[in-house]
Amino acid sequence: MKILVCISNVPDTTTKIKFTGDNKFLDTTGIQWVINPWDELSLTRALELKDDPKSGVKSVTVLHVGGAGSEPTIRKALAIGADDAVRVNAEPSDAYFVAGQIAEIVNREKYDIILCGIESSDYNGSEVGGMTAEFLDIPSFSSVSAIMIEGGAPVLTREIDGGKEIIAAECPFVAVVQKGIAKEPRIASMRGIMSARSKQIRVFEPVQVEALTEIDAFEKPQPRAACKFVDPENPAELIDLLQNEAKVI
Amino acid sequence: MSVLVFTENWDGKFKRLSFELVSYASSLAGMLNTSVTAVTIGKAEGDELKKLGEFGADRILNITCPQLSFLDNRAYATIISEVARKENSGVILFSNNNTGKALAPRVAVRLKAGMASGVNGLPSGVEPFVVRKRAFSGNAFAHVVIKTPYKVITLAQNSFEPASRPTGAVPEEMEVSIDGSSVKARMLETQKQSGRIVLTDADIVVSGGRGMRSPDNWGPLVELATLLGGATACSRPVSDEGWRPHEEHTGQTGKIIAPNLYIAVGISGATQHLAGVSASKYIVAINTDKDAPIFETAQYGIVGDAMKVLPKLVETVRNIRKH
Repeated sequence: MKILVCISNVPDTTTKIKFTGDNKFLDTTGIQWVINPWDELSLTRALELKDDPKSGVKSVTVLHVGGAGSEPTIRKALAIGADDAVRVNAEPSDAYFVAGQIAEIVNREKYDIILCGIESSDYNGSEVGGMTAEFLDIPSFSSVSAIMIEGGAPVLTREIDGGKEIIAAECPFVAVVQKGIAKEPRIASMRGIMSARSKQIRVFEPVQVEALTEIDAFEKPQPRAACKFVDPENPAELIDLLQNEAKVI
Repeated sequence: MSVLVFTENWDGKFKRLSFELVSYASSLAGMLNTSVTAVTIGKAEGDELKKLGEFGADRILNITCPQLSFLDNRAYATIISEVARKENSGVILFSNNNTGKALAPRVAVRLKAGMASGVNGLPSGVEPFVVRKRAFSGNAFAHVVIKTPYKVITLAQNSFEPASRPTGAVPEEMEVSIDGSSVKARMLETQKQSGRIVLTDADIVVSGGRGMRSPDNWGPLVELATLLGGATACSRPVSDEGWRPHEEHTGQTGKIIAPNLYIAVGISGATQHLAGVSASKYIVAINTDKDAPIFETAQYGIVGDAMKVLPKLVETVRNIRKH
């Protein structure tokens, strides 16, 4: 069984976000790039499954759609333990474009399980996983918080509004994963970092897929009004403000 | 051309977010000079369906499919896309909840529609079609241009007020048939949380962080939430420590919520936490550290020890509720 883990290259989540003068692009000055947090968790789960001989998982490949500038992030995934990597050499212009590229790689290389994070921390789309599955006409499961595989039979836990569903799935499928999928992201060991240097990143040119959306401009949220402080000895005042000023209780 | 809105039903019932969606669809249809078709899959009773008409649905379709006993993303997306084609729907609208996130991207590919997710307002223009969506985990918004004839949008929860616009629409029932062998998954078990308010649906959320100091101190926080008719939540360290269940973790990697009131107790307000709650209409912070970043985001604050402040708040609210 082969797992493909799709990874996004995103600004470190503590970055103060700034845009270029015309608000068209992210100002990348001084940004540390990392693997998107959910993708890092899905990679961790894929590796845990591979470590378990009962799962039947034989290989874990990471896939990234992006320019050569994101190779350090791909190397990091290899250092954490992915067997090999594929990079589609193109700017990820929108989710439809990216999903089209992923589907092409899956068609060529035949993966059994495709894992995507629930969203990327930059564009917060939640789109690529479901779109990839539709391009491939295979099942998709969203909001997946656990994947178990025993003897080649995957069982997924999916979060629904107000509960959970446990589902037996058939390969191939796309799982869009979220919190719970792995406890903590796996960290690269020194040996992992050394061996990542010799692992292969295969680079493919993109296939023709048109982007269907574009970003016109970014905007920073309005700063909130200054905090109104209430005397800790008199919290009744807070309740009064919430009732009569904010009118929310 | 119409606006198609997918209104999920939960065991035949709708909830606030369904009416937010229909109201949004109705305003959007006004901008596009067209009508609203609401579609729901799975049996709902006529009186419940009629509620969609009170918020502006001109047509209400209740689709049942004997081969479908649970949410199969591929089958649902196929059915919705077929309706969109038949109704000649220019915009297909979903909630940005679990189900919407599962279905909308598939529908977008089937219809070759540009998609924007987590949209939090009406388009700023329809020609070109530009909507504003959440980006950089609450640290920015992106204005997205959708360039295709079909457009798919998911609406952020609690970002649009439901407004009464009765149409008197009579619900229509439609039975569709799918090839059962195309459903490749089997439902093994459903676990529903009972009796509690679903965190993402709650108007009021009371949330605790490490400042609560111990899993044994949660009593007054839970009581405050109960008295206010709200849900409880927590920060990541608290769920990682196992003080509270993972389902309660709000923040970038946990649940993203937008209640009317978010009360953060003993939470310092790291960027990752704020990413999950910054869309709340009002934020109250209770923290011993007056320099905690949470006070920069909060409208109301109390610098003090949660263990002393919470019991007083509980008492005040209890007295009000009595009268």
